[in-house]
Amino acid sequence: MSDTFVQLTDLTLTYGKNIAVPALNLSIREGELIALLGPSGCGKTTTMRAIAGLLAPASGSIHIDGRDVTRLAANKRGIGLVFQSYALFPHLNAFENVAFGLRLQKLPEAEIKSRTEQGMATVGLSGFEGRKPAEMSGGQQQRLALARSLVMRPKVLLLDEPLSNLDARLRLEMRTELQRVQKETGVTMVFVTHDQAEALALADRIVLMQQGKIEQLGTPAQLYAQPETAFAAEFMGFENIFKVAGDSVQNDHGSLPLGYRPDSAILAWRPDGVRVGQGPHQGRVTACSFAGGHREYVIDSALGPVKANADIALPEAQIGDSLSFDLPQATARPLRA
Amino acid sequence: MRHFANWGILGLTLIFLIGPFVIIILAGASAGPNLAFPPEGLSLKWYAKVFTIESFRASFVLSMALAVFGTITALVLGIPAAYALNRYDLPGAETIRTIVAAPIIVPGIIVGLALLRYVVVPMNVTVTVALFMAHTALVLPYAVRVVSSSMHNLRADMEEAAVLLGCSRMQAFTKVVLPNIRGGVLAAFILGFVTSFNQVPVSLFLSGPGVRTLPIDMLAYMEITFDPSIAALSALLAFMSLAIVFVAERLLGFSRYV
Repeated sequence: MSDTFVQLTDLTLTYGKNIAVPALNLSIREGELIALLGPSGCGKTTTMRAIAGLLAPASGSIHIDGRDVTRLAANKRGIGLVFQSYALFPHLNAFENVAFGLRLQKLPEAEIKSRTEQGMATVGLSGFEGRKPAEMSGGQQQRLALARSLVMRPKVLLLDEPLSNLDARLRLEMRTELQRVQKETGVTMVFVTHDQAEALALADRIVLMQQGKIEQLGTPAQLYAQPETAFAAEFMGFENIFKVAGDSVQNDHGSLPLGYRPDSAILAWRPDGVRVGQGPHQGRVTACSFAGGHREYVIDSALGPVKANADIALPEAQIGDSLSFDLPQATARPLRA
Repeated sequence: MRHFANWGILGLTLIFLIGPFVIIILAGASAGPNLAFPPEGLSLKWYAKVFTIESFRASFVLSMALAVFGTITALVLGIPAAYALNRYDLPGAETIRTIVAAPIIVPGIIVGLALLRYVVVPMNVTVTVALFMAHTALVLPYAVRVVSSSMHNLRADMEEAAVLLGCSRMQAFTKVVLPNIRGGVLAAFILGFVTSFNQVPVSLFLSGPGVRTLPIDMLAYMEITFDPSIAALSALLAFMSLAIVFVAERLLGFSRYV
């Protein structure tokens, strides 16, 4: 990994009087696959549009490959963007869609032809040259949009929710496809997503955003295992998050004694981390569903609903049954307030 | 029984729509000297005579020129207007739409009178220029409306994609927007052309000595002469409109845009 390739410095983005992103700082290394992750309205798409040059920042700067591009027009930045809707040109066939940008550069016809064909081969669309976008499936359109950006040899390739319009099977296929293309071309990729599973599976590093700010930045493993805030923990599947008061946890419903004294302000457990069938606490089962290797329970306790996964080997509890559980120290994730 | 009633209603509607057209064609094909139906014998001599009437030739050329250039001007003004109304959150966009539509909402008589009283007379504009302005204004609503509707389905991110591939905003418009609204533009052109060509009330006020559009000339001709040539000319014009719509339908599927 080389040094910083894309640098956002105090980047402030506004829509009218609304500040969408206040003073964002982010460095992206060359050849890295970065996910901007967050719920809708967190500023991830806005940030991506600013990098592309489709949105002028209110203040701050954007450097790409050592050059200040803050005031550079979008068509001069050398950045590719794969739109969520693909934004293919319906009046052109697949070949001409991919060749569009090369033709604008007035390259020799032979080079246009070879680069376009190579681009289409990279995404597995050889033989589809004559098709109109409307005659292609969603997955093919997606790959066509990817090829159209890739043939321009962009410094940075941005992808807006690249997998959201695909069905589950295609999503998996496209995920491996994107990783392969990224390895082959070595292009720096930034993709925007609201789906943490997608970000975890695909990215080298994840930028978790909330309300225009970076909530946490790290590798998928770091974010998954060591979320630092309640927001990050919730996003990463810690469904039981409670405030700590002395040696017990509490929320609006009530409190439960832990039997140990944590030194963090908040504790969080995944449903997997809650022990079911034994423990000092009692609750009533309000929901139970079979999930293959385990059963997913919702237990109504002094803390309100607690989500817990129980091994399939344990006897099944029915709705209305009383169930004992424990919030063990070993599986608790300490969070800062 | 129900089936029979359906066909009956359909038949009556078709007769109501097509009947006058048939009557005009036949009246023009009369062998007799007067405009009458049923025709007194059949002949094509009145169809032939149309082409020998000097004033019809002059007014046909004027009407044609007004329809073509008035519609092109309306499109040159209307396409950017439609684009702006679609793409940007303009203050007062609704008001602009209403104003643009005004020439088809306000009765032609009023438009004609207003143009004559407040433009032609005080500003000393020639009749031809006044006619050109009036026809452009009358066609503009069609241009904006029809082009707007074909632009409506065109997503803005397509232009952004073009820009990121190296286009300037203008290139994005000519290379991506324009090819995709081609059908709408052609539909607007045909609607505008027909509207302009058949326009009577506005032109009535703006015709001057020696400067008449074809419909006005036909009215004037009928006041003096009542022979079947007027029916023959009407039939020929109707065929011209039919031919234009037919060709457009064949080329672009015109009916999708109207």
